[in-house]
Amino acid sequence: MLTQKVFLRKTKRGNILKIVREHYLREDIGCGSVACGRCDSESTRPLQKDFESASKVVEHAHYIVPDTNIVLHQIDVLKDEAFRNVIVPQTVIQELRHRHAPAYNSIREMLAIEERHFYCFVNEHHKDTYVERLPGESANDRNDRAIRRVVGYLQSHLAEQGLSIEVVLLTNDRECLNSAKKEGLTAFSLKEYVGGMGKPELLDKISIDADGSSEGDPVTNKKKFMYPEHLTPIALQAGIKSGRLRSGKFMASRDNYLEGFVCLGDNEDESDRVLIQGLMNLNRAVQDDTVVVEILPESEWVCPSSVVLEDEPEEDDKVDEEDDDGDEVEREKKVEKALKESKTEKGVEKMPTGKIVGILKRKWRPYCGILAPSAIKEATKHLFVAAERKIPKIRIETRQAAALTGKRIVVAIDSWPRHSRYPLGHYVRTLGDIGDRKVENQVLLLEHDIPHQPFSQAVLNCLPKMPWLITPLDESKRQDFRSVPTCSVDPPGCTDIDDALHARSLPNGNFEIGVHIADVSHFIRPHTALDREAATRGTTVYLVDQRIDMIPDLLSSNLCSLISDVDRFAFSAVFEMTEDAKVVGAKYCKSIIRSKNSFTYAEAQARIDDKARKDEVTEGLRVLNSLAKKMKLKRMENGALNLASSEVRFQVDSETHDPIDVKTKELLEVNSMVEEFMLLANKSVAEFIYNELSHCALLRRHPVPPVGNFDPLVRAAATRGFDIQVDCGKHLADSLDRASIDTDPFFNTMLRMVATRCMSQAIYFCSGTIAKEDFLHYGLALPFYTHFTSPIRRYSDLIVHRLLAVAIGADATYPELLDKVRVQNLCNNLNYRHKMAQYAGRASVTLYTQIYFRDKNVLEDGYILFVRENALQVLLPKYGMECTLYVKDKPGGQQRIKVPFTYDAEKCTQTAGDVTLRQFERITVRVSLDRTNIQHQKLVVELVRPHIPGFSVDIEKPMEVDEPRNDGEPEKKKTRAV
Amino acid sequence: MSGHQYLSEEGFRVDGRRAQEMRKLDCSLGVFAQADGSAYVKEGNTVVLAAVYGPHEVRGGRVKALHDRAVVNCQFSAATFSTAERKRRPRGDTKSVEMTLHLQQTFETAILTKLYPRCQIDIFVEVLQADGSILSVAINAATMALVDAGIGLRDYVCACSAGVFNDAALLDLNNLEESQKGTGLTVAILPKTERIVLVDMSSKIHSDHVSKTIEAAIEGCKDIHATFDAKIKERVGRLAALINTEN
Ligand SMILES: [Zn+2]
Repeated sequence: MLTQKVFLRKTKRGNILKIVREHYLREDIGCGSVACGRCDSESTRPLQKDFESASKVVEHAHYIVPDTNIVLHQIDVLKDEAFRNVIVPQTVIQELRHRHAPAYNSIREMLAIEERHFYCFVNEHHKDTYVERLPGESANDRNDRAIRRVVGYLQSHLAEQGLSIEVVLLTNDRECLNSAKKEGLTAFSLKEYVGGMGKPELLDKISIDADGSSEGDPVTNKKKFMYPEHLTPIALQAGIKSGRLRSGKFMASRDNYLEGFVCLGDNEDESDRVLIQGLMNLNRAVQDDTVVVEILPESEWVCPSSVVLEDEPEEDDKVDEEDDDGDEVEREKKVEKALKESKTEKGVEKMPTGKIVGILKRKWRPYCGILAPSAIKEATKHLFVAAERKIPKIRIETRQAAALTGKRIVVAIDSWPRHSRYPLGHYVRTLGDIGDRKVENQVLLLEHDIPHQPFSQAVLNCLPKMPWLITPLDESKRQDFRSVPTCSVDPPGCTDIDDALHARSLPNGNFEIGVHIADVSHFIRPHTALDREAATRGTTVYLVDQRIDMIPDLLSSNLCSLISDVDRFAFSAVFEMTEDAKVVGAKYCKSIIRSKNSFTYAEAQARIDDKARKDEVTEGLRVLNSLAKKMKLKRMENGALNLASSEVRFQVDSETHDPIDVKTKELLEVNSMVEEFMLLANKSVAEFIYNELSHCALLRRHPVPPVGNFDPLVRAAATRGFDIQVDCGKHLADSLDRASIDTDPFFNTMLRMVATRCMSQAIYFCSGTIAKEDFLHYGLALPFYTHFTSPIRRYSDLIVHRLLAVAIGADATYPELLDKVRVQNLCNNLNYRHKMAQYAGRASVTLYTQIYFRDKNVLEDGYILFVRENALQVLLPKYGMECTLYVKDKPGGQQRIKVPFTYDAEKCTQTAGDVTLRQFERITVRVSLDRTNIQHQKLVVELVRPHIPGFSVDIEKPMEVDEPRNDGEPEKKKTRAV
Repeated sequence: MSGHQYLSEEGFRVDGRRAQEMRKLDCSLGVFAQADGSAYVKEGNTVVLAAVYGPHEVRGGRVKALHDRAVVNCQFSAATFSTAERKRRPRGDTKSVEMTLHLQQTFETAILTKLYPRCQIDIFVEVLQADGSILSVAINAATMALVDAGIGLRDYVCACSAGVFNDAALLDLNNLEESQKGTGLTVAILPKTERIVLVDMSSKIHSDHVSKTIEAAIEGCKDIHATFDAKIKERVGRLAALINTEN
């Protein structure tokens, strides 16, 4: 075992510490080439023997060795299929690991793809390629030298064997390039190399270096535009330590590109924010960056403006030239001055204001968006406008501008040097045409960070081989429920059936209730690629016309899904209940079931209502239904909240996939029947796993909202003379029940919607990380709650299954499952994914609503959900969506609204003349789509009834385009003309 | 992402070893003339000196003497300069006491104490350089010193440490690897019978990994045994040759 390895000492000097570490240099590390006859043939050898040269600049076939900066900054180029037979030195991998996790992950990913023939050469442990840092040499120079040594060694290693394969170094570092040439190595800059590949689109992907431009334009002398310099990391740390500087997360304003906030501390607490105003003070911070601010003296504090300012280059033709920056300074100053003036008018309170002096960590990601139109066709420098309004415009270089107009593209930021008005970036790829439903869907997925690539081969390899059969061994380990009349009830079209139910009478007069949940944990084993993928995805994402599965289709729609008339594995929670729905016993077991029917809600409801049906499945449903009603009653008595939100379904044209109709989801009795039993199972399992594994149980909590959160609710109810008590959940539930108006049945629903907005989000957590009192689920009024019933579409449930299986001794445990820190980390990811999935779902509905209204201009009934200072929030129950109806112009913007409205915050009203608009009032509006901003189309509502002269639109001639009355609204007029 | 990657995707540890490889092992016997037996053992950068005195009469009153076997007395200490940070360690700090106890227990089983009734055997172990796996190196050094002193042993006592990183068992941990929280155990065996005489788990290891880790450590112990055995045989051979020429 112990070999003849010579060993060498590597010394590291700390303050006074001298740490001596051994470093073994080896002789058994292979070069990774199949062509080689010297190295150990047992080792992995992904590099090919016979292949073509990829670039014209090198005559022979060759292996490519990129340096760290190439991998770090040009990963989008390396990702291209054309790059094969690449040797990545370990030095590069290590540097990436410390400096940039995304690039590290990307290169690891590529090393794993067989067809790409990437190889990691472990040069730091190789006796011939290890280099020691020379006195006075910087770590960077040493690493560059180590990489060059790799090239030199491999070159001679192959040449000694008479092989005609070359080794080529890629580096953009001029010095390194020169040294390489001096040492007799073949070396190129990426641009030179890619230039010889005959793929022009690859040149676009080359990222621009931080020192200005990739070619080194001589315009530097003209650069008047200069951001303040960022402080050095040492100065930043010292400043933070002394308390003079503060660090926090930068949040750009959505509406005003000259404004942003820095949230100090870890939590995104609204109260602890610093306002940043003006380009120079923003100093190149981008959304989500971790920045350092210096707070200005109190005399310079200002108040946030409510002005909407879009960053639009003054003249389009200027954009294409590099030197426009200088002239912009003047314009920028003017705008900022106007901004300051506009806000001194108002009497809003001033808040801490600061300037950004440094950036600790960039949070740049690839952005979706479009190319800003440009006047000069042949120009190569363009501005990119991201779909996310919080992201600044990005300057990119492309030779395919003409081809990219009208397309959704992805762009990455490379750097933001001081002298550049905009960050510099490069083109990554094209998604497709703007407005195309598929493309827009993809934008939506990318912008919400939803992993949606097809499952990798590694993941698919984890699936069971078909045909899948139940073995006698399985049968011996599982309880057999196949003869029990079980059925599932789901929405129509559901193929991933998570749950099935059964009910039967027991001899003692009680009922046995079985809640059978798909046994996903049987198929997804820990530490497999499948498990890792599912954990990353966290949840299945439902868009209007698309489902992005958490686990592959074979499992989600087949083997795990509790389809009727086939044997399926389940994890069953079996309860014994008395006639008045009291649980007297609970037991959990792995089982085999055979569902008799897969009902839709409507079908199940019809069965229950059909008095003539007396079969055992129907009888079971009736038992379940009557028990569920009693359970619900009890739950409500205990103070569970019944909150409202509206959900809609689109009826989609089967060919074009365009929405043709919308319906709000109807709620039947059976919906709540299924829900009750899921709640019961979740609650019981939560208690059980907490008792068995109290330090690492994955639970779900819903924090009690601060009383102040309820102010809008209390005020809203007071306008109708109701008193809402918010001191505890029970009182809230009761007072919400009392607050109903007979003549207006929708009032109560709206009140509950308002209540929903006051709540905080329910989150997953690990029971070992917080105090037991905080486990409370406020909305359900339960001390313990978790998710157990949907393991096909939620990873949290899968973990709960594993915990429960461990608790009942049905499965083995593994270290990560019992480690509270790991479980909490997992929870953090799940919470994030669930939030994003929810946002994506809503965005998808919005997208469809917009497509639906594209050519429509309709009158709809709406309700005023909220009254704000300058607008009304209008709910359109038919579409389950909300629109904003502005009653005042935004300050600084165009003055369009001629009728003065008076706002009464106490009574929640807006009054114009003799018409008063009150909260919860029913109004009629006209809905149309504003398509002026191609990236941000939005629905526009205009008031029709009650009629306010000069403000409401006239319904007598609503469809007329040249309606003279609308002179004051040129934008909307244009919309209708489209 | 920062921090050390204890076992890279390519299968190498920070110091260039593969998971199951031991560090370079070096040992010399009879380094200390005053003692009856002594050994200097170097595993990587961990260096331990062991000296054995005895068997001799029980010191400090006959009361302690046992009529049917020898008293084994161990003393563990670490030189102030042995770690990166110079620290004054008073004799009898918790760590030393614990180590002393481990040694005591191990060698009470390994030494054929019945051969030396009413006698005492002293084992002094001093760490000169600490770079992980101190207990196992201390045991190995003490074994060699006992052999050098010619004291009857059931078998060599060979010890090796092992830990788990991402499901892979690593052998012979160095200081860096040991400082990783929550891993690492030390096993000592009698190689001929493969009997385990000591398992020290100073930190938590998940039960799934324990048996795997112990097995790996046993393999390491066997390697050490092979090295020691060769070393002793070579030395005995050399001594025998010396005796022959003298005759
Ligand atoms: Zn080779």
